[in-house]
Amino acid sequence: MKLKVIAFIAVLLCAIVISCQSEAEQDFKRYYTGGAVIYKEKCQNCHGANGEGLSALIPPLTDTAYLKKNKARLACFIKYGIKETIITINGKAYEGSMPANVDLTSIEIAKLLTYMGNSFGNKMGTIAFEEADADLAKCK
Amino acid sequence: MRKLAALLLVTLAFAACKFNDAAKPKLPIMGNRDAVTKVVDGKQVTDTIYHTIPDFKFVNQYGDTITQNSLKGDIYVADFFFTTCPSICPIMHRNMLKVYNEFKNLPDFKIISHTIDPKHDSAAVMKKYADKLGISGNSWWLLQGDKEATYNISQDYLVKRPGPDAKEIFMHDGYFVLVDKQKRIRGMYDGTEEKEVSAMIEDIKTLRTEVDTEIAQ
Ligand code: HEC
Repeated sequence: MKLKVIAFIAVLLCAIVISCQSEAEQDFKRYYTGGAVIYKEKCQNCHGANGEGLSALIPPLTDTAYLKKNKARLACFIKYGIKETIITINGKAYEGSMPANVDLTSIEIAKLLTYMGNSFGNKMGTIAFEEADADLAKCK
Repeated sequence: MRKLAALLLVTLAFAACKFNDAAKPKLPIMGNRDAVTKVVDGKQVTDTIYHTIPDFKFVNQYGDTITQNSLKGDIYVADFFFTTCPSICPIMHRNMLKVYNEFKNLPDFKIISHTIDPKHDSAAVMKKYADKLGISGNSWWLLQGDKEATYNISQDYLVKRPGPDAKEIFMHDGYFVLVDKQKRIRGMYDGTEEKEVSAMIEDIKTLRTEVDTEIAQ
């Protein structure tokens, strides 16, 4: 009897874990594919299909260390643009400006960040709507 | 005997290739054309007058004056852009870099990029852009000059004249226009499409062989 209950609980736990995992995975997929569409439309012309950038004019999106370190600022970069700030990417200085995308919503920015953060050699996992929203509230 | 037959076959195949080479179609000559009839040595002859690019005067990124004479004997590609353009220009120049890298060491090939925003894009601004783009030397000139003259010449290149608000709405044609040594337009390619730009690179090679044989004759 006891054994049966334990087995039942174990199976239940397994089921919960598996279903949660796949839900998280599904979330990731949804964010990632949605982000890919927005990237193509709003970012690819400048940063390139492979996030390669353009010479010394536009920085690549491949500096994993930079992106990790500045994770909380990325949503602001995308929404409000970057104006003549010197940014060092892969050891090279860039000082152009990037246009704002004020019409993008928090969820769209979260999707975009999830796509960018898990493409071009980056592995940042899902960047959820709540996280993007909180970051956006702190933009200067 | 068999060997001989094989040899013959190989030779024939080569000859066929050679023949094909010579028969390769030339690139089209674009734009309006006129026929003029004149009398030469008492006989009537009809000549075709092709559309050509008229003379111009602009300044390149080094501050040098550039006229049609500066392109004498060159095949060249022309496009229109501005340095602060956030839309299609980065794609165009990412693609143009491939063209530059393919042909930069040829003495008879050039690229000219006209700015449609001469007020902002001074020679100094263009030099900075060139440096950042990673181009040097004299195979790719960034040309700045009178706005009206630039907009007028865009029509000679058969691209849409940029509207008065071209800069504000970031709309202008992304064409690469291929011009031969006789200043005739031989191809127009969408500079935002990688495939079309690859086709242009092949056409430039074709055009070079064509012009070389014409000169040899
Ligand atoms: C008009 C061209 C342009 C467009 C479009 C553009 N960017 Fe940028 N981006 C830049 C430039 C230029 C910089 C560097 C700014 C500086 O140095 O001050 C930059 C910097 C960045 C950075 C920080 C530096 C780095 O390389 O990691 C990120 C992240 C970024 N862009 C992401 C995006 C995303 C996502 C989009 C689409 C919403 C986008 N950009 C659209 C030109 C552009």
